[in-house]
Amino acid sequence: MNLPRATVSKVLKFSCVDGPGNRLVLFLQGCNFACPTCHNPHTMKLCDDCGDCVSECPTGALAIVQGKVLHDPSICDQCDKCLDVCPINANPKVTQYSVDDVLALLYKNKPFLNGITVSGGEATTQLKFIAALFTAIKSDEKLKDLTCFIDSNGYLPEAAWKSVLPVTDGVMLDIKAFDDTLHSTLTTRSNERVLTSAKLLFKADRLTELRYLLIPERTDSSKEINALSEFVQTLDASIPLRLNAFQHHGVKGEALNWPAMKKPDVERIAVKLREAGLKNVMTPSTYL
Amino acid sequence: MSELLKRFKGITEDPGLSFTQKARYLSLEAENSLPYPELDEETAKALEERVICDMYEGHAPFKPRYVMPDYSVVLEKGSVFLELEPATTLDEAINALMIAYHHIPSVTNMPVFIGRLDNLLLPYCEDVSDEDLYKKLKLFWRYLDRVLPDAFMHANVGPTDNRVARTIMRIDAELKQIAPNLTFIWDPQVSSDEIFSQACLSIIECSKPHIANNPLHQPLFDEHGYGIASCYNVLPLCGGASTLTRINLHEVARRSKDTADFFENVLPKYIDLNFRLTEARIDHLFNKSGFFESFLVKEGWISKDRFTAMYGIFAMAQCVDELQAKEGHSGKYGHDETANQLGHRISEVLYKAVEARPMENVWRGKAMLHSQAGLSDDNGCTPGVRIPYGSEPDPVTHVQALAEHHAFYPSGISEILTLDETIESNPAALEQLVKGAFQLGFREFSANISNNDLVRITGYMVRLSDIEKFRECGGSRINTTVLGAEAAEKGKILDRAPRVMSHELAPRYSQ
Repeated sequence: MNLPRATVSKVLKFSCVDGPGNRLVLFLQGCNFACPTCHNPHTMKLCDDCGDCVSECPTGALAIVQGKVLHDPSICDQCDKCLDVCPINANPKVTQYSVDDVLALLYKNKPFLNGITVSGGEATTQLKFIAALFTAIKSDEKLKDLTCFIDSNGYLPEAAWKSVLPVTDGVMLDIKAFDDTLHSTLTTRSNERVLTSAKLLFKADRLTELRYLLIPERTDSSKEINALSEFVQTLDASIPLRLNAFQHHGVKGEALNWPAMKKPDVERIAVKLREAGLKNVMTPSTYL
Repeated sequence: MSELLKRFKGITEDPGLSFTQKARYLSLEAENSLPYPELDEETAKALEERVICDMYEGHAPFKPRYVMPDYSVVLEKGSVFLELEPATTLDEAINALMIAYHHIPSVTNMPVFIGRLDNLLLPYCEDVSDEDLYKKLKLFWRYLDRVLPDAFMHANVGPTDNRVARTIMRIDAELKQIAPNLTFIWDPQVSSDEIFSQACLSIIECSKPHIANNPLHQPLFDEHGYGIASCYNVLPLCGGASTLTRINLHEVARRSKDTADFFENVLPKYIDLNFRLTEARIDHLFNKSGFFESFLVKEGWISKDRFTAMYGIFAMAQCVDELQAKEGHSGKYGHDETANQLGHRISEVLYKAVEARPMENVWRGKAMLHSQAGLSDDNGCTPGVRIPYGSEPDPVTHVQALAEHHAFYPSGISEILTLDETIESNPAALEQLVKGAFQLGFREFSANISNNDLVRITGYMVRLSDIEKFRECGGSRINTTVLGAEAAEKGKILDRAPRVMSHELAPRYSQ
């Protein structure tokens, strides 16, 4: 049997912002959106082995072997120059993980973990791997108490969700915008599937958290906020809603010219949403 | 005017010191103008070069470094010397403790251990309402911080879940005082999940308490049990520690040709010299100072044969990196498996050497190895076996890198994990981190939450705002602020990097 492998851009052994408790987080490479506001743009695309980064690497950690870009982590000093020069928002430093590789990581870190979260990029672009991994976790005596979460942009079609939900404990779903034209501008895709996903996940009791990125002059308009409020209330006013605030950290390209979202504006919108009846609105916990 | 008199004069006129701080520095200068306990030439040279160190405890040890009284004696029997009757009510018990603390010496002349307070006070709480208990303990807590303003002063609660422990942790999180420091002794067989959760929430609130792993500590002690004093010294109750001396492992590595020379020649030499230093100091305390004639011994608060010798080490990180460089390896301590294993091997060698050396006038005839957490002037040297500030990996990797050391340090070892404030909305993550650390063999757990004003420096608490004020106008009510300001400037402690993974994962404000 040809077992699925994942293309992973990063693994964290400690994260308290990707679901309940401490979670091991797998960031899967590749995304089906191309948001200018992305704070991890290097996770968008899969490397096409163009080799532009190889000559830029100051430590010689990158090489082309038989037409493939290879990365040697032992001499890489994580300067991220390769990410800066990549013409397609890819990452030559990814690692291939088999399900067993991830299970080994989970065994090793089990005493510290409440669960695992797959994030991205867009995790569901590697859905077969997720389904295989979560199935393996649920059937492993030592790991089955770990909860399995997906962090998603919601672009996955309905039928595909159904294949993974039986082994998934929760999904944290981003909604980028309610106006479809705005959504297309911000992500390159329509929001139809995203809204369908939210409803589907809610019905299946798997919608752990909705997330909404506030971008000044774009997604913070009264119209958008009202739509957000109405949408949440058609599901359940007590669904956790996390407001995120657009910042420049990690962002590349045109969105660097967009203003960053400020704390008082976030708080003002949170108050408005609470007044409209939403019961579980969260704002960023840190203001650095 | 002689140099000595000039120093005295300088202290009396220093505008940055309070009059009590001046009095203390004057007494230290006076003690240190006396000749040192007699040392052989080799030991004296090693001390002079600070390869071994006496923690600047003073030239004429006339009191043990840490005194861990059994305060139940004064509560249950009263004190002839202090003219106290046995306590019969909570007010009397708290009052007796407040009096008792003034008669407990330590290296700082303030008590470093104020008791396992829930054990001590619970017998007097039966008829006290929750509200009264809260009010009385809150006043007691305020008294401790204002009258005994030293962050080395340490209270213990737990492992049982009880009203006193809960109320103390509640008050401590509310008041966010520097003093007293607080340890919650945790035992999964005894402590409830609720009180463990309360301790974790309190850490998020004020970086206290520190959590001790009872199943690892308890078996090393006898029916008197143990207490945690100062910054995480685990010591026999009804006794304490006579001395704390320590080896600067970085200096030992610098004097070694290579790793083999380090293990075969240089480390054994300095282990021996540090023992000689310890013996000379203990000899003075036991045979010349007359300390054990004190009423504390006569009345049974402490017992002369229950004082251990703390055998400290520090700068493990710099030691390992130095040896790695001498072997042509680039892997750094805390980050590289080979470097970490070399560190574990050094700890094991130290432990075996300390276990193998019989000592006179020491509890059970042997010293106890200690991972020593820094004086304020340890230029460039990292406390104990910790990973250098600012270069720590994520908290899980951090614990995994250091856990193996913990078995070797019975009298105390502590790491400080700096956590991003995003943990505030996810205390379950902190609970799991503590549980994971203890499962891997951590003896104690301490954390700083990165937006707390109250933070641990090398082990004691300071307020960041106090350090700022001290720099601006040169004065602090709290003794440890002075130490903290020095440590912060010399040790790059406040550079300690929180592991801010949310920078990548969630948008953050950056103004």
